[in-house]
Amino acid sequence: MRADGRPALLDDFRAAGGYEGLKRALGTMRPSEVMSLIATSGLRGRGGGGYPTGRKWSTMPLGPDAPRPKYVVCNADEMEPGSFKDRYLMERNPHLLLEGMLLAGYACEADAGYIFIRDQYGAPWASLEAAIAEAEAEGLLGRDVLGSGFDFRIDLHRSVGRYICGEASAMLNALEGRRPNPRSRPPHMTGAGLFARPTVVNSVETLAAVPAIARNGIEWWRALAPAHGGGSKLFGIAGRVARPGCYELPMGTPLRDLIEAHGGGMLPGYRLRALIPGGASTSFVNAADIDVPLDFDALRVVGSRLGTGTVVTLDDATCPVGMVLNLVRFFAQESCGWCTPCREGLQWTAAILGRIEEGEGRPGDLEQLVEHAWVMGSDKTFCDLAPGAMQPLQSALKLFAADFEEHIAARACPYGGEATGALADGGATAAPAGGDAPGADTGGSP
Amino acid sequence: MSLRDVELREIEAILGHYPDTRAAAASAMQIVQRHRGWLSDQALADVGERLGMTIAELDSLATFANMLFRRPVGRHIVLLCDTFACWSLGSVGLREAVEAALGVGMGETTPDGRFTLLPIVCLGACDRGPAMMVDADLFGPVTAGDLGAIFEAYS
Repeated sequence: MRADGRPALLDDFRAAGGYEGLKRALGTMRPSEVMSLIATSGLRGRGGGGYPTGRKWSTMPLGPDAPRPKYVVCNADEMEPGSFKDRYLMERNPHLLLEGMLLAGYACEADAGYIFIRDQYGAPWASLEAAIAEAEAEGLLGRDVLGSGFDFRIDLHRSVGRYICGEASAMLNALEGRRPNPRSRPPHMTGAGLFARPTVVNSVETLAAVPAIARNGIEWWRALAPAHGGGSKLFGIAGRVARPGCYELPMGTPLRDLIEAHGGGMLPGYRLRALIPGGASTSFVNAADIDVPLDFDALRVVGSRLGTGTVVTLDDATCPVGMVLNLVRFFAQESCGWCTPCREGLQWTAAILGRIEEGEGRPGDLEQLVEHAWVMGSDKTFCDLAPGAMQPLQSALKLFAADFEEHIAARACPYGGEATGALADGGATAAPAGGDAPGADTGGSP
Repeated sequence: MSLRDVELREIEAILGHYPDTRAAAASAMQIVQRHRGWLSDQALADVGERLGMTIAELDSLATFANMLFRRPVGRHIVLLCDTFACWSLGSVGLREAVEAALGVGMGETTPDGRFTLLPIVCLGACDRGPAMMVDADLFGPVTAGDLGAIFEAYS
């Protein structure tokens, strides 16, 4: 990314080695070799799930008898609350995503790609639209890419909402012009996905990691983080910290370094209490556990998930019950309504949390919440929306048990209710100029 | 009534992106909304005529999506993030300040038809919270003192 924050255009991108990975792949490798390169690299999905990318690609039907056309769909909806990394990637470095999609398309022998991008991402849309035009004009996209005989087109698709579109099969329904309810599986999307054709769905950051692996090879990728499966990742830090922003760091960087060295620590007068490590559907991590390395396996040891890797802090002046209420209300609102436990259960959970926060909690409410967290958290729903909602809830019930009990006993929120975190407290005001990582600049407004 | 020429041209331009016209439904409605301000029953009928879809099919999308409007809205849409990162950075106070500045509550339109104020889920700008959008422009972090100058720019 450019230090001045402007989108990197084709000349900038090429000067930094852009499209070299694509050239190498098209010029010297068969599609199956690109696929096995990515599988061997150990790259895991950066959208939140951490599923091995090469394994996902390898389920696409290949060869002359495979149904056609085949699709690569990029999930650029980024509606997981607390996630703010794909916005930077697409806005500042649009060609990186295009190159990643081209490589995915080549490896999976696909014909076309769609970037499914949310309506509110106007600047990323404009960057990508300009980049697609540049790439088409230079023969990098479209028919006979770089004279290789490989044809691949990429179209942008504007999403008009909502959160459920981040669920891959719901996103395909939205792309087809249907109500975005999740689909039942089987069939898997790589068998019958978009328009009932084989489709691989990857997130923006996953696809953006592919070109560097294709260009520099596996040894280079692994050496970026030898003890943690290799590679770098975009991490974010937000909340009452001195330098909120997005930082590219080696996989396995200690959480403490992200908060203190890169995020500049908490703002004066605030203490870190806990944090949500990777989006609204990841469990709270206690402040005592921040020496954990940021990787897929290590976060599980402290009872959470890496998720999107964008951290939002909970400070000691903010009500934890209020934060959980905010999160559960979000999920209740965004439920597609398709399955009963999610449609009814999340609203019920939000109602219980609401009355506790307002000082009207009743005996038995906490036991009820524990039961909800179990019912909705354990494979009794159609998709992962409700189980995701239960992650912050079930962890909060343990971590902040005393706060919940105090709300009920005192019949009031000890933090002053919903107005906690009012403007007068001063939000994050420091915006770093430049910084020590490619994504460091948080930019001005608009 | 049916689609205006300019609407039809813009819709035709995106139909080529898909093997099935239905896939353009949301974008087509958004195009018509941009020209007409909102999506009336007639607007849905017009889009449906071109895409081969019923009003009910289009309405199931329009009423589910949060950026398609089935009621008239103001000339500018103000979106206030109310999700947990911005909430912890003061979105409740910002909401009160915006409501006071515009003289309307959430979901309402100013009497002069200039602004409609709506809540929105996480805008992917948590590092700039509390965040707000006016039309396609993102602002953050926003304080009460910034609001006058921000709204001034939208007539």
